[in-house]
Amino acid sequence: MESNVTRTHIPGQPAAPDTGTLKGFLQFFWQELKPKGKILTPWNIITGIIILGGIVIIGIRLAKGLGAVTNLSQAYPWGIWIGFDVVTGVAFAGGAYILTFAVHILKVKKYEPIVRATVLNGFLAYVFYSGALLLDLGRPWNVVNPIIGNAFGYGSVLFLVAWHFLLYTLCLFVEVSPAIAEWLKWVKARRIIEKMTTATIILGVTLSTLHQAGLGALFLTAPSKIHPLWYSSNIPVLFFISSMFAGFSMIIIESMFTHKIFSNRLDERHRASHNKILLGLAKGSASVMAAYLFLKVIDLTHGHQLGLLLTPMGLWYLVEVAGFTLIPLVLYVVAYRQQNVRLVQGTAILTAIGVILNRLNISVIAFKWYEAARYYPSWMEIWVTLAVISMELWVFQWVINRMPILGASPDFKEEERTLDTFDDGEVVKWKGSV
Amino acid sequence: MGINRRNFLKAAGAAGGVLLAGGAKPAWSAQTQGSSMEFFGLLIDTTKCIGCRACEEACNAKWSLPKPEVPFSSESVFEMKRETTPEAYLVVNRFQNEKSPEKPIFVRKQCMHCTEPSCASACLCKAMEKMPEGPTVYHKDRCMGCRYCMISCPFDIPKFQYDSASPFVKKCIGCPDLVAKGNQTACAEACPTGATLFGKRRDLIEEAKKRIYQDPDRYYPHIYGEHEVGGTGYMYLSAVPFEKVSFRTDLGTKNYPGLTSGFLSSVPLVDILWPAVLFGFNYLISDKEEEDRKENGHGE
Repeated sequence: MESNVTRTHIPGQPAAPDTGTLKGFLQFFWQELKPKGKILTPWNIITGIIILGGIVIIGIRLAKGLGAVTNLSQAYPWGIWIGFDVVTGVAFAGGAYILTFAVHILKVKKYEPIVRATVLNGFLAYVFYSGALLLDLGRPWNVVNPIIGNAFGYGSVLFLVAWHFLLYTLCLFVEVSPAIAEWLKWVKARRIIEKMTTATIILGVTLSTLHQAGLGALFLTAPSKIHPLWYSSNIPVLFFISSMFAGFSMIIIESMFTHKIFSNRLDERHRASHNKILLGLAKGSASVMAAYLFLKVIDLTHGHQLGLLLTPMGLWYLVEVAGFTLIPLVLYVVAYRQQNVRLVQGTAILTAIGVILNRLNISVIAFKWYEAARYYPSWMEIWVTLAVISMELWVFQWVINRMPILGASPDFKEEERTLDTFDDGEVVKWKGSV
Repeated sequence: MGINRRNFLKAAGAAGGVLLAGGAKPAWSAQTQGSSMEFFGLLIDTTKCIGCRACEEACNAKWSLPKPEVPFSSESVFEMKRETTPEAYLVVNRFQNEKSPEKPIFVRKQCMHCTEPSCASACLCKAMEKMPEGPTVYHKDRCMGCRYCMISCPFDIPKFQYDSASPFVKKCIGCPDLVAKGNQTACAEACPTGATLFGKRRDLIEEAKKRIYQDPDRYYPHIYGEHEVGGTGYMYLSAVPFEKVSFRTDLGTKNYPGLTSGFLSSVPLVDILWPAVLFGFNYLISDKEEEDRKENGHGE
C-alpha cells in the first residue's frame, strides 16, 4: 500500500522516516524511543533508583506472595495498594472526564489548551493504576474471568467497576490518540479519530460517573467495619462529587509542574490564557466542594452522629472535612475574588491532601478503627507505590517531549486538502464531532 | 443543523449501543435464591458444648488440613481467643460464664452460611456461590484473589493465603458434598453432645424456639442468625447475651446484598439516560454556535 504520509524535510537534518510503512514506523519509533537531552539528571537518578528497587520488590511479591512484602492481614485485606494507588488515584484522574465534558460537550473553549495534557494524565493514571491493581490481586492471571465471561458476577459492584474501568481506559486512549496520530503524521487516521470524538467523550463521561461512584459503592458492603462518621449510604454520590474537585485540583497541580519543566513545549496561546484557566478551575472547584460539604452535613445530622465528633476519630474527621475541604473551599473563593493565582495553586495542594485523606480514611484508616492491631503500610508497599508513580511520570515526560500535548497541533492543511479531494466519495458520514 | 433524521438515528444508536453493552454488565440486585428456599443449616447450642473440639478435628480431617502444632486434645488453645485461619476453618473459643463461673461457655466459630451471602454478591467472578442446599462454596479456579469477599463479610470469615505465590481464599464451605447427598456436615457428625445439630433451616428454628420456650432459665431468648443480616444458615443459642460471647449484635437484620442493590439498579438508568442527555446538550449547543456564526458573518 502506498503511504500517504507527508514527509517534511528539515534542512540540515536527515530525512524523517515515512511512518506510513511498517519499516518506517519502526524506524521512527526507535528514533523517538531514545531519551532527549541529559540522561543523568538528579531527577532521573532518584526516580530510576526507585523504579529499580520497585521492580525487585515486585519480583519478591510474585515469587513469595503478598505476605512477603506487605503488611496486609486477615483483618485488613486491603492496604495502600488499593486505598491509595487505585481508590485515590482514580479520583485524581477525574479531571479528564470533567474537562472533556466542559470543552467538547458544553463547548467552553477557554479550557481547550489544557485538555490534552489532562486527558494524557488521566489515561496514564488508569494504565498504571490498573497495573498496580494487578500486583495486589492474589491470582492476577484470573483477572480475565469477569471479562471473558466464564464467570460473570452481575450482582457485584466490583464487576461494574471493573467493566467501566476497562471501557473508560479505552475511551481515554481514543481521546489521547489524535496527539499520537499527529506525532506519527497520520493525517487520515487523525481525521477518523476526530469524528469519533464526541461519541467517545459522551461514553467516557457516562462510564466515569458510574465507576467513580462505584468505587465508593464498594464500601457500602462494610457498614459494620467503617466508622459511622464515614459510612453513609451516600458514599457513591460523595465519591462522584469529590472526584470532580479532586480532578480540578490535580489539573492545577499538574500544570504548576508542567509549566516549569516543559516551558519550551508551551505555545503563546497556552501561556497567555493560563491564569484565566486556573481561576476558572478554582471557581468550579469551590462550587462543587460546597455541594459536597452540604451532603456531608446532611449525613452528619441525619445520622445523629454529632456526638461522635468529640471522640478521637471525630477530631480526625474534622481534620479531613473542615481542615482540608472547608478551608480550601474558602481559600478558593478568596483566591478567585482577589484573582490570586498563587493562592489557587496552594489551595489545590490542600484540596488534594483532603481527597487523599478522605479516600484513605474510608479504605484504610477508619476501616476497622476498632481493631487492636492496626494496619500500617510496610516500607515496601510505599516504595512500590512511589515506583508506580515514577514510572507514570517517566512516560508522561516522554510523551510531552514528543507529541503535541502542551503546544498547538501541527498544521496539516496541505494534507487535509488532498484528503478532501480524494476522499469525498468514501468518507463514511458518521461524523461525530459537530 | 437541527435534529434531522440522521442525527436522531445517531443518538438513538449510541443510546442503544450503551444499552446493549449494559446488558453484559451487572444489573438489578444480587444473585439471591429467595428466602423461601429450604436450606440446610446447623443449630449450635452453646449451652450443650463441652469444648472437646471434636468438630475441629473432624473438619481438619475432612478437608485434609495441616495438623496443628497443639494437639486437639489440649486445652491450652483456650487461653487466647482464636480466629479461623486458612488452615483451620472452624475454631472453638472459651468464654467466662457470668451466670455460673464454674461452667465456662464454649462457642465455635466458622462461616455462617448466610441466606443471602455478602461474599457471593461481592464476588465479581462468582467464586463464592450459594448452593441450593445451603452451603456457600468457593470455586478456586474462578477466584482472582481481590479479597473483596473479606471486606464484605460481616463475620470476617474468608481468610487469604498471604504466604503463597498462588493463593486461595479459605473458609468453611459447609461440606457441600455431604449435604448434597442428604448427609450431615462433618462437624455435626462428630459432635458427641448434640451441641451441633444439622437439619433444614426451618426445622432448626422451630427446635430452637422450642428449647427457649421449654427452658427459659437456660437460654437467653434470642436465636442468633434467625434474622441477623437477613438470616444465616448456621444459628446459635446461648445462655448469656450474645455480645458477651463475642458476637456482633450491631449487624442489623437487612441482608447485605441489599446494601448495594440500590446503587446497582441505578446503573442501567445512568448508562442509558446520561448519553441521551449529553448528546442532547451537545446538539443544543452546536446549533447555537452555528447560528451565532451565521449572525456574525464568518468564523469566530
